[in-house]
Amino acid sequence: MRVIEVITYYGYQDGSGEYYIVIDAEKCNSCGDCIEKCPQGALKMETMFIDLEDKLVAAVTEEQRKKLRYTCSPCKPESGVVPCVKTCDQEAITCIWKPK
Amino acid sequence: MENKEGKQEYWRWQEYRSVMPGRNWQNSEIITAGVDVGSVGSKAVVMADGEMYSWSVMRTGSNSSDSAKKVLDWAMEDTGMTAKDLNYIVGTGYGRVNVPMANKAITEIACHAKGANYIWGPTVRTVLDVGGQDVKAIRVDETGKVVSFLMNDKCAAGTGRGMEVIADLLQIPIEEVGKMSLSVTEDPKPVSSTCVVFAKTEAVGLLRKGWSKEKVLAAYMRAMAIRMSELIEKVGCERDFVITGGQSKNIGIVHRVEEILGIKRLPVPNLEQTGLDPVSAGAMGAALYAKALYEKSLKR
Repeated sequence: MRVIEVITYYGYQDGSGEYYIVIDAEKCNSCGDCIEKCPQGALKMETMFIDLEDKLVAAVTEEQRKKLRYTCSPCKPESGVVPCVKTCDQEAITCIWKPK
Repeated sequence: MENKEGKQEYWRWQEYRSVMPGRNWQNSEIITAGVDVGSVGSKAVVMADGEMYSWSVMRTGSNSSDSAKKVLDWAMEDTGMTAKDLNYIVGTGYGRVNVPMANKAITEIACHAKGANYIWGPTVRTVLDVGGQDVKAIRVDETGKVVSFLMNDKCAAGTGRGMEVIADLLQIPIEEVGKMSLSVTEDPKPVSSTCVVFAKTEAVGLLRKGWSKEKVLAAYMRAMAIRMSELIEKVGCERDFVITGGQSKNIGIVHRVEEILGIKRLPVPNLEQTGLDPVSAGAMGAALYAKALYEKSLKR
């Protein structure tokens, strides 16, 4: 079977630049390590529906989705290393931060 | 529309329902339903053997489970069908966890992608879903499966709810705002606020400055369209491109998004002939997944 990545972008784009937490559902192994490592508690496990099956995938919590600019600001990387990204050994989480 | 005091409520859009003429559910093997409880509108679709049978669109009340029940009952009204005849029900949307009769809840992203694939066919690659409270850009493959999606991080501005607020402020029926916003010869500078509360304040200021309602609408819709286009550009806008959700009816938004992206959306099919309403795309996808899940459960 062909593998298709299901990628979710959480974040924003505005005058200050763009910031996205990107989670790849196919790579995520549902371990939950990132949830513990996030200092802001912005992540949780969410059921996603892929190929008629449910899969637990890391996701930004609903209440945090609209305020990531504040929630993620303490971690916003100068070097590209963020706790959630660093902890994921599946490389399922990436972070895009492009200040203008 | 007028409320009890006879005061006109400009934001109040018309609810609607329909049953496909000449189709008989009694002869069908599998009957499924999709219920999409959105923040502004609730949609139900009933499918007989994977084909549109009936559907309904109504406003979501303060209680999501009541709204879910009401909208599904309305879709089945006068058809002789009852909840017992439904083999499988999938709930989706903002209030999906509150669809009490659903066998399963599925995220609206997956359902909108599937619904768009059903409405327009396998050539659809990019879906812009503009709902009551958020905007989503979804990339799909030829089977209607989600490849990637982007959630709007901002609040109600640039969505159906924001549009209702502006319609009410300007005292223009919600169904007419799109057309009216296109009557300006050139779009003014877009409003700068992304928050609907601030955007409303800004609109009041512009009216005071002597701007016409049309011009204010144009400035508001331009701002909405720019934000939506940014989302799409992030996931990449590959042809074919379609728009679903309540704002797919708003030509003021549709035209501006098309202009900014430099790409036309696929035309909306004739509702009366096909029953394929982009507003109900999420409910359609839910009903299709309901069929697939029911068939899968039979094989076990």
